[in-house]
Amino acid sequence: MGKVGVVLCPCELEGGSSFDPEVLVEGLKGRKDVLPLIHHQPVCSESGVEAIRAFMEGNGLDRGVMACSKPELFGPTFKKALRQWGLNPSLSEVLGIRPIAEGKRTDDLQEALHVIEEGIGEIQRRKPAKGPKTPFIKRAMVIGGGITGITASIDLGNGGYEVLLVDRLPSIGGRMLQLSETFPTLDCAQCTLTPKTVETGQNPHIRLITYAEVESVSGGAGDFAVRIRRKAAYVDWEKCTGCGLCQEKCPSKVPSEFERGIGPGKAIYTLSPQAVPNKPVINPEVCRYFTEGKCRVCEKVCPTDAIDYAQEDTFIEERVGAIIVATGFDLYRKEEIGEYGYGDVPDVIDGLAFERLNSASGPTAGEIRRPSDGRVPKEVVFIQCVASRDPERYMPYCSRACCMYTAKHARLYKHKVHDGRAYIFYMDIRSMGKGYEEFIQQGMEEGILYLKGRVSRLFRDNDHVVVWGVDTLTGKKVEIAADMVVLATAMIPSRGAKELAEKLHIGTDEYGFLTEAQWKLYPVESGVEGIYLAGCAQGPKDIADTVAQGNAAASKVQVLFAQHRNSSLLRSDS
Amino acid sequence: MKIEISRGKVHNEFAQKVEEISGQNLFACYQCGNCTAGCPVSFAMDLGPHQVIRYSLLGLEEEVLECNTFWMCASCLQCTSRCPKGLDIARIMEAIRLVILRKKERLDRLEVADLSEDFLERVPQIALISGFRKFTS
Amino acid sequence: MEFLYFPGCTLYTKAQNLDEAGRACAKALGFELKELSNWTCCGATFPLAKDNIMALAPPARILARAKEEGSALTTLCSVCFNVIKRTNELIKGDEEKREKINTFIEMDYQGDVQVIHYLEILKREVGFDTIKGALKRDLQEMRVAPFYGCMLLRPSEEMEFDDKEAPTIFEEFLGAINCEPVDFPYKIECCGAFQSVGAPEVATECAYAILNSAIRNGAEAVTTTCPLCQFNIDNMQREIRQKYNGFPGIPIIYFTQLLGLALGLPVEKLEFHRNDVDPRPLLEKRGLL
Ligand SMILES: Cc1cc2nc3c(=O)[nH]c(=O)nc-3n(C[C@H](O)[C@H](O)[C@H](O)COP(=O)(O)OP(=O)(O)OC[C@H]3O[C@@H](n4cnc5c(N)ncnc54)[C@H](O)[C@@H]3O)c2cc1C
Ligand code: SF4
Ligand code: SF4
Ligand code: SF4
Ligand code: SF4
Ligand code: SF4
Ligand code: SF4
Repeated sequence: MGKVGVVLCPCELEGGSSFDPEVLVEGLKGRKDVLPLIHHQPVCSESGVEAIRAFMEGNGLDRGVMACSKPELFGPTFKKALRQWGLNPSLSEVLGIRPIAEGKRTDDLQEALHVIEEGIGEIQRRKPAKGPKTPFIKRAMVIGGGITGITASIDLGNGGYEVLLVDRLPSIGGRMLQLSETFPTLDCAQCTLTPKTVETGQNPHIRLITYAEVESVSGGAGDFAVRIRRKAAYVDWEKCTGCGLCQEKCPSKVPSEFERGIGPGKAIYTLSPQAVPNKPVINPEVCRYFTEGKCRVCEKVCPTDAIDYAQEDTFIEERVGAIIVATGFDLYRKEEIGEYGYGDVPDVIDGLAFERLNSASGPTAGEIRRPSDGRVPKEVVFIQCVASRDPERYMPYCSRACCMYTAKHARLYKHKVHDGRAYIFYMDIRSMGKGYEEFIQQGMEEGILYLKGRVSRLFRDNDHVVVWGVDTLTGKKVEIAADMVVLATAMIPSRGAKELAEKLHIGTDEYGFLTEAQWKLYPVESGVEGIYLAGCAQGPKDIADTVAQGNAAASKVQVLFAQHRNSSLLRSDS
Repeated sequence: MKIEISRGKVHNEFAQKVEEISGQNLFACYQCGNCTAGCPVSFAMDLGPHQVIRYSLLGLEEEVLECNTFWMCASCLQCTSRCPKGLDIARIMEAIRLVILRKKERLDRLEVADLSEDFLERVPQIALISGFRKFTS
Repeated sequence: MEFLYFPGCTLYTKAQNLDEAGRACAKALGFELKELSNWTCCGATFPLAKDNIMALAPPARILARAKEEGSALTTLCSVCFNVIKRTNELIKGDEEKREKINTFIEMDYQGDVQVIHYLEILKREVGFDTIKGALKRDLQEMRVAPFYGCMLLRPSEEMEFDDKEAPTIFEEFLGAINCEPVDFPYKIECCGAFQSVGAPEVATECAYAILNSAIRNGAEAVTTTCPLCQFNIDNMQREIRQKYNGFPGIPIIYFTQLLGLALGLPVEKLEFHRNDVDPRPLLEKRGLL
């Protein structure tokens, strides 16, 4: 049995009290197999690392335990240092213990000692893991093909690594595919996005697995075994040429989720004319053949016989060395907001619906017409912070992008409807990005009326939406008979993010956003080696931040891969 | 149009008394104005409920006690039910009423003599009882 | 089915039309309202000052006495319901206050009486389907706007009555007695409450906004559960008419009167003469009298 070096990190343990860690050492004394060290320098400092090394080497210790109150912060440095001195990484452990509080010192001490004793026992029982049996697989899976996942995949692909890009929708692009123009430059979202999606589709190292979800994951960094469920598209994508005839002729018109309910979609559909991959799927919940047993129009018109109503889900099993999770966000459902009418008030739409209204490819071909009667709305109210910054009723956090996109919406509206008035109810304007504040000010000068205050209630009155808000700058309650209202609803984690995180054994916060190892210094690392996270899956953000995280996650993967010489580039064709 | 504020003024004795009677933390209010936006009687108020909270926090006792806001408040709880910060504004209005009503010199807002005979004839107990409980000490 | 019944003072005087009809309907529907043997006024407002224990004594005493005579207590008046239910929740959840109150009223009450509104009895205990089966008069889809007001709904965590922004129990009730419920945005707004004595001009405005909204949405009548709401939107129509020329007026009918009508009770029992804006012309027009 080896001898365990126990490193106690006092500064973080004191918890603001005058605690003397010697008491902990006292508690560990009398054990021959353990040698404690109170470590007075920060572990991350050079002298700190050197001191630990001297301690371990000088005492012939071959197993190490570190106890501190912020394991996520100091753990990686400690483990890395031990590994560098040739210690088997499986023989070191970092334990998290709670700070010793002034009032409950004895209790806290007992608990801390208990955790440390358990840790020592565990590490002594451990057999040194042999070097990885299989070579380290230098190939990654990216879950989520929004702008984040696309960015990360392109980086990895260009770095020469093979990437599996999995998205549950039929094509990649994510939310950005729904956007019309983007702040702060007001350039066309599709013109920015399409080159990226096309590049992703054409990159020889990237394999798109769309209309698919991850079923299960096992293993660890260097060798994760993943099982992916490919949903039945009822279209044989091998045969399909993407001619679009089926969509054109399909008689089933239903409100489309992609169009946020304000425009119709077909039962057989692609997300956009420039979709990548540009292959349709049938939604069996609305398709006439699946629901009523007759139609089969698409089958008749398809020139390549690609329609296959009997198709079933298939499974793909793969091995990858690293995983990036970029599953993005959903919007808080307006149907759950009682004071704004539970989604029942006509012409009250959310931000993504406004993007569709303003999109050349949207249901109105980019003309601002309100959904109820197609009239051009002349009084338009935009409401910020809907279900955000509301700890009592909804989400307590700030959704970060909506101040900017609301200003964008109001400006785009003004650019198209010159005699219209745009009002924005806001609490604060958060415009921290480069060029963002200038963008807001420009909007104000263009005549957007900012009203500082929340909106308490919305209801229908004849063909108006009555808005009860406040202008706290004059102190007055404000009533507006609006033609249309746009809600900047909170960004929330995309549906199913929590379940996916559980499959990956990574953490989520109380809302379901993925938690990073440490927000300031390890923002794209998950708690699990080899799994990284990026984009809105981790928390609300705009495209610029999202892309930066996509880049960061990809570079982390490349660093991980570069550390392993004994490896394989394992290709799917091998 | 100018106020001077200082350690002594902000969150002064008056503000603390309002907090104590209402059980609410005035600092927690982030001045979104939702209370005023949904208040059914704000049309008749000198200051919106959110302003009364602000003035109270700043220690502007005189200005607060002079405004009619809390006398107009009907305790309908619309503000309370929608405050994003969970403040019970109706309790704050009640507390300010009580700051006045509990003063030594009886400063009742309402006397039976104020009501016409015809009105007294018409009005049900429930209105009288609740009215006098709100407007008298 | 037996429920202890707390009428409250107004139902003994000005609101006999709410009370009498409520009692008669209970009989017709086969549940018993057993009036509390000894009751006082509930105080008519729930005290909002944290240190005002004294005002909790009357409702606490009502509850403690109810405990001696049964297990479920019902009211018709929304204000009474609000005051008694909130007091009950407080006694249930706040040990310190509970002890203080018990010392004060010299009784021992733990908050274990169920406080239930008459409408909730109709929905949960009797069932709207049963009511549908018991109809004797056809109200012919009379367009009635249900006015909830504040007291049934707020604070929703304590009242647990219905969705505070979009309640439906009243509409379901109206549907069951073959009225057409008129949805109108002001159904959850405030009637001005006690401001009818404090600042009548303010209460008048509140009432006007409510009635105007009901009328614009096509209502022939408005229904309420509360004598205070009733006063403000019924009796105060006098003030509204003085201020707003051409205000057409609209009858305000207690829900128990509508129910009694639908159940075929004798019209005299329903005391329509007590309503200030006379509903009888409307009922006559529909051949219901
Ligand atoms: C109305 C609105 C307007 C906006 N305008 C702008 C703007 O002008 N400028 C700007 O910078 N930002 C803007 N944003 C923010 C921008 O949309 C986001 O920053 C960006 O889309 C985030 O990209 P993402 O890849 O992280 O997430 P997403 O775009 O949400 O992509 C996530 C992808 O993951 C897939 N996915 C989710 N779960 C799974 C799963 N379990 N398995 C497989 N796949 C999954 C989804 O199908 C999707 O394709 C706006 C946001 C909104 C709501
Ligand atoms: S079979 Fe279904 S998908 Fe095909 S055309 Fe008919 S409705 Fe559309
Ligand atoms: S008609 Fe056939 S080939 Fe053309 S897009 Fe549809 S499925 Fe593909
Ligand atoms: S970004 Fe702006 S609109 Fe969005 S939650 Fe934050 S402050 Fe509110
Ligand atoms: S709603 Fe609440 S947070 Fe907003 S101003 Fe009123 S009291 Fe303050
Ligand atoms: S409780 Fe008072 S302040 Fe609050 S909304 Fe009602 S009337 Fe206005
Ligand atoms: S609310 Fe009424 S009517 Fe009801 S008991 Fe109390 S004061 Fe009397």
